[in-house]
Amino acid sequence: MNSQSATAPAQGAEAMIKMAGVEKWYGEFKALTDINLSVRQGEKIVLCGPSGSGKSTLIRCINHLEPYQKGEIRVGGTVLSDDSRIIDAIRREVGMVFQHFNLFPHLTVLENCMLAPMRSLRASKAQAEATARRLLGRVKIAEQAEKYPAQLSGGQQQRVAIARALCMQPKVMLFDEPTSALDPEMVKEVLDTMTGLAEEGMTMICVTHEMGFARQVADRVIFMASGAIVEEAPPAEFFTKPRHERTRQFLGEILRKH
Amino acid sequence: MNYKLDFTPVLDGLPSLLTACLGTLFLSLCGMALAIVIGIGGVVLRDSRIKQLRWLVMAFVELIRNTPFLVQIYFIYFALPLLGVRLDPTPTAIIALGINGGAYAIEIIRGGVQSISKGQIEAGLALGLHKAQVFRLIVLRPALRAIFPSLTSQFVLLTLTTSVASAISAYELTSVAQRIESDSFRSFEVYGTVTLFYLVISWLMMRFFGLISGRYFSYPVK
Repeated sequence: MNSQSATAPAQGAEAMIKMAGVEKWYGEFKALTDINLSVRQGEKIVLCGPSGSGKSTLIRCINHLEPYQKGEIRVGGTVLSDDSRIIDAIRREVGMVFQHFNLFPHLTVLENCMLAPMRSLRASKAQAEATARRLLGRVKIAEQAEKYPAQLSGGQQQRVAIARALCMQPKVMLFDEPTSALDPEMVKEVLDTMTGLAEEGMTMICVTHEMGFARQVADRVIFMASGAIVEEAPPAEFFTKPRHERTRQFLGEILRKH
Repeated sequence: MNYKLDFTPVLDGLPSLLTACLGTLFLSLCGMALAIVIGIGGVVLRDSRIKQLRWLVMAFVELIRNTPFLVQIYFIYFALPLLGVRLDPTPTAIIALGINGGAYAIEIIRGGVQSISKGQIEAGLALGLHKAQVFRLIVLRPALRAIFPSLTSQFVLLTLTTSVASAISAYELTSVAQRIESDSFRSFEVYGTVTLFYLVISWLMMRFFGLISGRYFSYPVK
């Protein structure tokens, strides 16, 4: 609809997401320091780092769940601003999956997946339902379509949340610790779903401590500490010869646990 | 004690008492409808970005909750005509009940809205829905579910408060009862019967809200 008029023509079209000099404060506390990050179409990024290092804040700036004070973020060529039409246009193209699933409890699985396409993209009911059923099938949960979120396990809920985001046909998917709230036996089903999505060429930024997933899927692993990007490298290099002491320390701690 | 019960005036007046029950139900349902509109609208304005609107709602809630209903209904009925606003008893009663119930509903519904986790709102926004859509489609139903028992008792109270509208002779059960009582002096029989009627009406209201709850809020939660 008005997403066209609100979208600036694509510039430097190869970068799907470009963050340049992004800084964010919570009052006196500086949450992000000079973030420069460019993500190509189809690229898979894993963001890791100790808690409070700004990983979630970083990806939440991309769809403007968090405002930032300095720098520029471009999504698919559109410069993110405070204009609500621009924000809405970008949110329609950027899917997000949350740590705590955040499915809507009063809607069935199917309705969860149909709500935004119908209300935000003005899809017809039939169209929205067809897309929803197809994507629920893709996350292997089609037979639960008529159930309510509370009737599903955590892993199933997170797979529905992934399908719900995919129903908007996003160009990018952001994952904010998607397996941290899950019981261990359910982590795999969610990671498998994400891996499948990656293999199909989705552009993804994942905040996660699942280093196995990072090794297998990521094109680049980015390590953050104290609100800044400390190190980024392809996984082979990142895990075998990290350059920074803080990265080594972090990897030592996290790999000992697993 | 040699008071002899005589239900003849009550029995003679039964048809008018029973139709007066419909008057009470009408005032209640119209008052509730207005109260729920004021309640939801008030919650939206109460948390609006415009400071003046927030203050206005807070002042409204304070004013209504800290003054007697009888004074409120007298004010609308006797004082507003001096400003050129003249209303019949029944519309006056409905507006007074709606405003009074609405002020309480704002605080109750607001509690429900605040019980909704921020993650729900963020999930809606991240899907490209606007703030107003998020409130209407995502927040409202779980919020009302969370506070529905409180809202029910507030609305049963509103139903019983319709009897105060007899003070401006709105058409409802208590004013009809007053007329039969003053014609017959059968206070015990008349008000005893009316008490029973109110009990039944309250019980019907609770059933009514139970049905609504079963229809709209029956989705499972953990």
